[in-house]
Amino acid sequence: METATAYPAGRAWRAYVVEAKYESLRMLRAPAFAGPFLVLPAALFLLFGVLLFGPEIAKDPKTAWFMFLGFSILGVMGPGLFGFGIVVATEREHGLLQLRRALPAPLSAPLLAMMLMSMLFVAIIMASMAAVAPLAHLYIPVLKMLALAMVCILSSAPFCAMGFLIGSLASAKSAPALVNVLYLPMIYLSGILIPLPKSAAWIAHLSPAYHLDQLALTSLGAPHEGSWFLHVAVLAAITVVFTALAVRQIARRG
Amino acid sequence: MGNDNIAELAAVTKRFGKVLALDEFSLVVRPGELLALLGPNGAGKTTAISLLLGLARPDKGSAFLFGLSPHSMAARRSIGVMLQEAALIPELRVAEQIELVGSYYPDPMPVAQVLELTGTKSLGRRPYGKLSSGQKRQVQFGIALVGRPRLLFLDEPTVGLDIQSREFVWSTLRRLIAEGCSIVLTTHYLEEAEALADRVAVVAKGKLIATGTVEEMRALVVRKRITCRTSLRAEDVSLWPDVQSVTADRHGMRITASNAENVVRRLLAADSDLHGLEVQSAGLAEAFTELTQEVR
Repeated sequence: METATAYPAGRAWRAYVVEAKYESLRMLRAPAFAGPFLVLPAALFLLFGVLLFGPEIAKDPKTAWFMFLGFSILGVMGPGLFGFGIVVATEREHGLLQLRRALPAPLSAPLLAMMLMSMLFVAIIMASMAAVAPLAHLYIPVLKMLALAMVCILSSAPFCAMGFLIGSLASAKSAPALVNVLYLPMIYLSGILIPLPKSAAWIAHLSPAYHLDQLALTSLGAPHEGSWFLHVAVLAAITVVFTALAVRQIARRG
Repeated sequence: MGNDNIAELAAVTKRFGKVLALDEFSLVVRPGELLALLGPNGAGKTTAISLLLGLARPDKGSAFLFGLSPHSMAARRSIGVMLQEAALIPELRVAEQIELVGSYYPDPMPVAQVLELTGTKSLGRRPYGKLSSGQKRQVQFGIALVGRPRLLFLDEPTVGLDIQSREFVWSTLRRLIAEGCSIVLTTHYLEEAEALADRVAVVAKGKLIATGTVEEMRALVVRKRITCRTSLRAEDVSLWPDVQSVTADRHGMRITASNAENVVRRLLAADSDLHGLEVQSAGLAEAFTELTQEVR
């Protein structure tokens, strides 16, 4: 009987490195896809926080912080939700995901590569937010800004997992619409951009964006609601459950 | 699983809802052979390949690759795959795609060797998304070869290729077979199966209805084709014994006969001016048509 080919242990890491290298190249070569994610949060903060409401915000630093965190979290959500949602749905529809499953490709290699790309995007977004913050009279100490950036980078994982599940279910054409159906309510119901009335504040707890917002406030040493441990647990649970559902869906239907 | 078999489907049944895609279907792939899987659309060929590749699980029966489950990573490291519908990443260049897929295998071919082997040297730096459909198929062929597979699955590999490229693929396949690689080929081009296959398996309605060499398949069909130029009327000839069908146009008359000798004798007796007489054995196409018609 024929025997299967042995796999040198030293090569196991190579698929991950090559996958990450080409995932980043692929994004660099599609600036129309990546550009809006990178530019939008800082551009919106400049528009609302500096150009339109700059004088009012100068008198009320709390509003400046509110806007700064709101647009930062908007930036954290986009790359994971849209990147995973649209890319996975397109690859599924075009048969690339099926080919990967037939080949000896570790499924985790492209997923980790895409997640690293999303995290890199978030790092760039946070750098751009830090660069424009002084224009709204926000002067953030370096260590606090680094802590905030780290929280935001790591917290992109649950949004990647949600995008992954949408990509595993939706067609390439419907994925952007479905992501928006999730993205916009998550932003507005979390109260990160528009404060919710006290009677409806409980709704915010349902949105992962709210838990990220509370973690961001914790990292800045600002007043926040609930324990950081609870917020981390919610975001971790979303990551695990949505990833497991997406992997199961792909294994069953391709 | 038999000791000599590279891959095997053992009495597998697979349903998709109410559709019975495969029914107690068995198939073996032997070392160093090119097995052509033929059948009309919806016959179950793609399902059979999907089970062997681990893309689907049988409802009943078993699938093996190198004696292991097709889901086993160790088994998949010895196969190469060219699916009919699989777009690669449009932003990556051809050489980059090949390097990426090569990274999944224990001992991949150098990218330059793959480009050479598939006749795509000039495409190495071109983005995949900007290639013609034929060029994309050539690159997908390269992706299938990069891992030095011992078993190659090719689903309609030459669709969209020009004649020169098709000949190139055929010569590469012959070389791979000579080096001991096994190949499972599905194709709608029966001349492709006729030119390349060591063994043919004909599938219809989820069942394996015939298997053997191309010659054995041809022998299953006793019919012969007779062509000639004659003043006889097709309507009259069609009434003769041993004549199965007759067509005639300005190029001549074509007769399908179960006993060619009897029909030729009568033709010559009936028309002393008859000329351009040719008698041919049935080809794989006729065998395929007859075999699959029987189960319709």
